[in-house]
Amino acid sequence: MSYQLKINGQLMQADVAADTPLLWVLRDTLKLKGTKFGCGMAQCGACTVHLDGKPVRSCVTPISAVKDRAITTIEGIANSELGQQVQQAWKILDVPQCGYCQAGQMMSALALLRQFPQPTDAQIASGMKGNLCRCATYHRIKQAIQQVAQHTDKEAS
Amino acid sequence: MTSQNSAIKPQTSGYSRRAFLRASAILGGGLFVGLYLPKGVAAATDGTDSWTLNAYIRIGSDDSIRIMAVAPEIGQGIKTSLPMVIADELDVAWEQVQVEQAPVMPEIYGRQSAGGSRSTPIHFEEHRRIGAATRQMLLQAAAAQWQVPVAECRSQQGKILHVSGRSLRYGELAAAAAKQAAPELTSVALKTDAQLQIVGKFTAGVDNDAIVSGQPLFGIDVELPGMLYAVYQKCPVFGGTVKHANVAQLEKLPGVRKVLVVSGNGDFYGLDAGVAIVADSWWQAQKARQQLQVTWLDSKATGQSNAEFDRLAHALKSQMPTQILRNDGDIEHCFAGAAKVLQADYYYPFVAHGQLEPMNCSAQWQDGKLSLWAPTQNPVGGQKQVAQVLGIKEQDITIHVMRSGGGFGRRLFNDYMAEVAWIAREVGAPVKLLWSREDDFQHDFYRPAGYHSCKLALDAEGKLIGLQDHFITFGAQGRPLLAAQMNSDIFPAGFIPNLQYGSSLIPAHIPTGWLRAPGSNALAWVFQSLLDEAAHAIGQDPLALQLALLAQPVGDLGSFNPQRMTAVLQAVAERSGWGRKVAAGHGLGIACYYSHAGYFAEVVEVSVNQGKLQIHKVWAVGDVGKYIVNPSGAMHQVQGSILDGLSQALYQQVPIDGGAKLVNYHQHKMLTMAEVPEVDVEFLKTDYPTTGLGEPALPPVIPALCNAIFAATGKRIRQLPITADMLT
Ligand code: FES
Ligand code: FES
Repeated sequence: MSYQLKINGQLMQADVAADTPLLWVLRDTLKLKGTKFGCGMAQCGACTVHLDGKPVRSCVTPISAVKDRAITTIEGIANSELGQQVQQAWKILDVPQCGYCQAGQMMSALALLRQFPQPTDAQIASGMKGNLCRCATYHRIKQAIQQVAQHTDKEAS
Repeated sequence: MTSQNSAIKPQTSGYSRRAFLRASAILGGGLFVGLYLPKGVAAATDGTDSWTLNAYIRIGSDDSIRIMAVAPEIGQGIKTSLPMVIADELDVAWEQVQVEQAPVMPEIYGRQSAGGSRSTPIHFEEHRRIGAATRQMLLQAAAAQWQVPVAECRSQQGKILHVSGRSLRYGELAAAAAKQAAPELTSVALKTDAQLQIVGKFTAGVDNDAIVSGQPLFGIDVELPGMLYAVYQKCPVFGGTVKHANVAQLEKLPGVRKVLVVSGNGDFYGLDAGVAIVADSWWQAQKARQQLQVTWLDSKATGQSNAEFDRLAHALKSQMPTQILRNDGDIEHCFAGAAKVLQADYYYPFVAHGQLEPMNCSAQWQDGKLSLWAPTQNPVGGQKQVAQVLGIKEQDITIHVMRSGGGFGRRLFNDYMAEVAWIAREVGAPVKLLWSREDDFQHDFYRPAGYHSCKLALDAEGKLIGLQDHFITFGAQGRPLLAAQMNSDIFPAGFIPNLQYGSSLIPAHIPTGWLRAPGSNALAWVFQSLLDEAAHAIGQDPLALQLALLAQPVGDLGSFNPQRMTAVLQAVAERSGWGRKVAAGHGLGIACYYSHAGYFAEVVEVSVNQGKLQIHKVWAVGDVGKYIVNPSGAMHQVQGSILDGLSQALYQQVPIDGGAKLVNYHQHKMLTMAEVPEVDVEFLKTDYPTTGLGEPALPPVIPALCNAIFAATGKRIRQLPITADMLT
């Protein structure tokens, strides 16, 4: 099947079987390697991308289910100002250890910050608990989210 | 610049005294500094050119500074921290530096594996001296050009300055510096502590830009022209071989190019048998696997199970250990005369690594030569293994070390490299092998389980006078499996007059291996729990008991330094407010452990309410010597190790029934954002050599947690992982 996809603001085409998970279309067909494979069972969050701004696990999202929704991956995170702030905070606070989970963490963090610009601890916990970090960088991830929130708070005031 | 070698003791450093520096000019007028090492005595005496180049630094005439990262990056931060050491002594701005992963050339670079928290202690001192020697050559070159004494020149952030106010940039001096005689590494002047500008500063990882923008970086991201994708199905029973597979049927499936039955060499650490499915895309290969039908042949693992292991362990427990590892004093006499004897059996399970990036490797076979792109902790070991399995020469294998999505010891084993190498040679096209998460959990090199049957003897005054441990572990051919042995010097050995460590083996056919803080990750829990048991039995404060033991060594301590341990214990007690009154249902637990040359003491605060455990906070104090090279990475390693240990204690076990019976993370969980406690970390800087941090913070946290649970509930945890029924 041929699929027209809107990825990070660009139109792309993929010829794949209908049940191919979005993750593998991104990584292997379209060579966008930023989205990561960790479990294939919606257990780890490494493959998190946005469909129309909402975080989904691309490893369990068949390409046929994407339809005309806009896909945002880590490669397109800098397309929004909030996304850039997330990147900045991640770099300055040196969030990554191995870094493998971080694309998924950042995509989840971006969605969380869109929904709750000033997230409480409980909102951070529930928004991020589906993203495993085997290196356990959770303290820094939380700090980075709070830093972006503070920044947005200052701009708003 | 004055020579100040501070308190570092040269005998502990990794650089060879036979090594010396040699510089050469590079095309376009730059400086290329290498460390030269004789290839070996034989080569050195046969009259041929026996010196090979070992390049760490390249200075371009455009002021570009490139520094090689010698060890694989697996998340431990070594790709950032070791180049920081060179850059500091070279006296350049960190922003000027580009870091490159060094090629695998152990004959030149020395040790290039990432394991045992060894990279820092081995390379730290050597890297300082390489940086300092290069700066010295730049000083000499400037002095020569200005015709002034070297003593009138100094370096400053990529420039050489003269007292007259003249200055030259390193890029301008590089070509001339290349012609200077390289100073002796052993005597080159190092910066004073006050002069260090990069070492000790919070420094972000060199790959962060690529990570936060999703650029290809990891092994799984490798892309080769015309590349095919493979999956490899191994037997669900460890070591089982293939009798028959429906190859022809699978080869008709969409995208499938080839299906191979691989007989392997009957060795987990070589090439395990299986069926390879090679397809145009990974998803096609993976989907074809759903229709794979294999008739497997039994292996030695058929029939082995946890229940069977339990039964065998129980039988062994009542017998004498088959091997005595240590025997201090007179254990029988001591127990016969003891006023009180405590008995306790401990058990910890098999545990998987669960690093987030599944095993993968890309390979290209061309004209009898093999290239591998491997996320590995142990490229040299991989090269040997592949050479052996394929029957080719090591020098015909080139390994490109890719960043690893976590290691934790898993990637010290290179089974996936051997598999893809075999497949690539068979199919004659570039291939990427990628395991599924199921493959990863079912074919790991597990942390071995262990049973400990322990006894403590107390005298009439309540003094701990005897300790006996019968360690029942796993083995084959009369020897413990890999990572299933126990050292004889584990604390409190050397501090109790009568002490016996002995072991016996349960025969097993299981791939086992090193998991972060191997041995220690389990043994710390046993021995630090036992000491807590002793303290409570005699009504003594657990901290006071440990301090009292440490104050009175009675036997051989090996490399263990009781003063360093005492200091971290006292510091963590102070930071955590040890001894304070805690809220109802709360408890504090303390533990300490020495491993990988590092001393750590940790306190955990928990509460248990109606069987529900909550971990409120962890305090950790560590002593890893004089320098904390990168405080960011150091903090990461300590916090990460602690949360890792907590995950292990709370959630992780691999059930065995022939093979490993688990599929995904929901059966081998780790802490999530919703559960992480605050972790407070302090380093005690001492005048001892700087050592690594990948591991030593992990071991104490598990016993500290269990000791805290005892303080809160009176329930002693003697089996891991902790389950709700153990708390009520
Ligand atoms: S790979 Fe999709 S959630 Fe783990
Ligand atoms: S940084 Fe390694 S898994 Fe998160």
